[in-house]
Amino acid sequence: MTLAASKAPDRVATSAVTRSSPAMRARRRRGHALFALFAFPNLLLIAVFAYWPIIQNMYLSLTSWDFISPEPFFVGWANYSALLSSESFLAVLRTTVVWVVVVVGISLVLGVLLAALFSMKLRGTTAVTGMVFAPHVISGAAIGAVWLFIFDPNYGLARIVFNAFGLDSPSWTTDAHWALIALLIVSIWKGVGFVAIVYLAAMQGLPSEVLEAARLDGATGFEVFTRIILPLLSPTTFFLVITQTIAAFQAFDLIAVMTGGGPASSTTTLSWFIYDQAFQRSNVGYSAAAGTIMFVVLMIITALQFRFVEKKVHY
Amino acid sequence: MAAMTNVLPAEATQAPGEEAAGSPRRAARRQRRGGLSRRWWGYLLLIAAGLAFILPLYVLVTTAFKSNADIYTWPMKWLPSELTWDNLVQAWELAPFGAFITNSVVVTAVGATVKVVLAVFTAYAFAFLPFPRKNLLFLVMLGALMVPGHVTLLVNYITIGNMGLINTYAGLILPGVASAFGTFLLRQHFLSLPSEVFEAAEVDGAGHLRKLFSFALPMSIPAIATVGLIAVIDEWNSFVWPLIITNSVNMRTLPIGLMYLKANDGLTSWGVLMSGTLIVVLPMLLVFLFAQRFIVTGLTGAAAGNGR
Repeated sequence: MTLAASKAPDRVATSAVTRSSPAMRARRRRGHALFALFAFPNLLLIAVFAYWPIIQNMYLSLTSWDFISPEPFFVGWANYSALLSSESFLAVLRTTVVWVVVVVGISLVLGVLLAALFSMKLRGTTAVTGMVFAPHVISGAAIGAVWLFIFDPNYGLARIVFNAFGLDSPSWTTDAHWALIALLIVSIWKGVGFVAIVYLAAMQGLPSEVLEAARLDGATGFEVFTRIILPLLSPTTFFLVITQTIAAFQAFDLIAVMTGGGPASSTTTLSWFIYDQAFQRSNVGYSAAAGTIMFVVLMIITALQFRFVEKKVHY
Repeated sequence: MAAMTNVLPAEATQAPGEEAAGSPRRAARRQRRGGLSRRWWGYLLLIAAGLAFILPLYVLVTTAFKSNADIYTWPMKWLPSELTWDNLVQAWELAPFGAFITNSVVVTAVGATVKVVLAVFTAYAFAFLPFPRKNLLFLVMLGALMVPGHVTLLVNYITIGNMGLINTYAGLILPGVASAFGTFLLRQHFLSLPSEVFEAAEVDGAGHLRKLFSFALPMSIPAIATVGLIAVIDEWNSFVWPLIITNSVNMRTLPIGLMYLKANDGLTSWGVLMSGTLIVVLPMLLVFLFAQRFIVTGLTGAAAGNGR
């Protein structure tokens, strides 16, 4: 390598005359080989563990298999028609839609309000920002465990809130009416700090002249926020809607630790269904079909992102 | 997105340079801020937000060291009447926490190191080495960021099974080390370095390995720290993959071990479960405290990346 590089001064001169002298070609070949050495291990891993699964998952979704019998058995569209005509799978899809809409919607509203609060630059803001963001870097399993205790109807923190209104705390995670609500609360609690930080960063980048001008024209703080800041933040909002939606579809660890999809399937989302069918019931075909459905939905959402981001959403 | 990754909240919340420059402007702004009552509301909301996020942590830490008499009583005891290690001892007896910790540390250390090394070499290749259709290859690599990880679980499990690696460290680590986001971040960074430095190095006869290790790397420490810290957090908190790829208690990592502890005894014994939880939470909380800057920068950018 040092040998080739020591010719560097020559190269500058020769390359102007003949683009493909033997020395140049040898040098480029060496460059190609080094590229392969540096990049191919990583690219191979990406191909095997990110791209291949998508293709193979689609194939498996057309088969029936239990991990044990020697070959997956081809069944065509049977898994899809079975899933889409089963009331319980439609319930899973409904739960998933509720989950995604509520988590993303409330996280964004609370997140932008928190960001507005943080941008007032009151004393102590830095510390609170850190506290609000911290759950984002903590294991979902651990957060699930802490909130299981908080939701304990007899000894948990949540009881204080209910007692304040003269009510009994419900058995959150074992009552089919409350389990999903409990999970939604925790999921929003874990994710809102991230949304707030992204919004805060975007707010800091807004053109201050525009805001000052509006103030001078007599706009109130509320008007400035709703009529100027929010519309200017719409590219950020769009970015967050997409990334948070993709994350919400795949939410898993809180559900696994807190409810295991129950009680009575009330917290079974698509992501839990994919896991449950494959790894607890050995229905590889159903799991793969549900996975493919998730993949297609998320690809449509991602495609929308590209459509709109190019148009630079500003209303 | 690129613009967003560059904003550090530490700067954002304090905005030192900008404010110091024009202190008369600051005074004017304060006047316009709508007086005392608005600031009071602001402080009230700030405290409420802080409490909503610090109280669960407080409950976690205190419960881990409370005696059962203090835990199972109502109204809630905010301050423990005595501190005890009993919960921690009992957690250790109920579940092999020593093994969980070893597994988590090995998987995190090896996984994050390999991921960073792969990202550095791939990024250098894409930034400085020639290859036919390199840009197309780069786009294909970036496409991996859009693949939802949850959809790959089933086939990756089968692949690792075919390789005979189920319930091994290699099986735990391998699918997670592929790096697309880290590679992207570092490539962008390498390309932003002053090209004169590399030209001078070339004139001095430096080969690519020397350019990488003596020039590119030392000038990229913050970017590499960011990629590394995100990898550490991802590996430590990783849940669904370790759950499916390990099947004996002694191979479980900490987050899965927590579920095992809960299944064994946790639901009736909050003190034990909280002490186990504290072991899972504490390392990342410390990492966060000391490296918040890098982590926030990286994570806001990595959001699009599905953890790859």
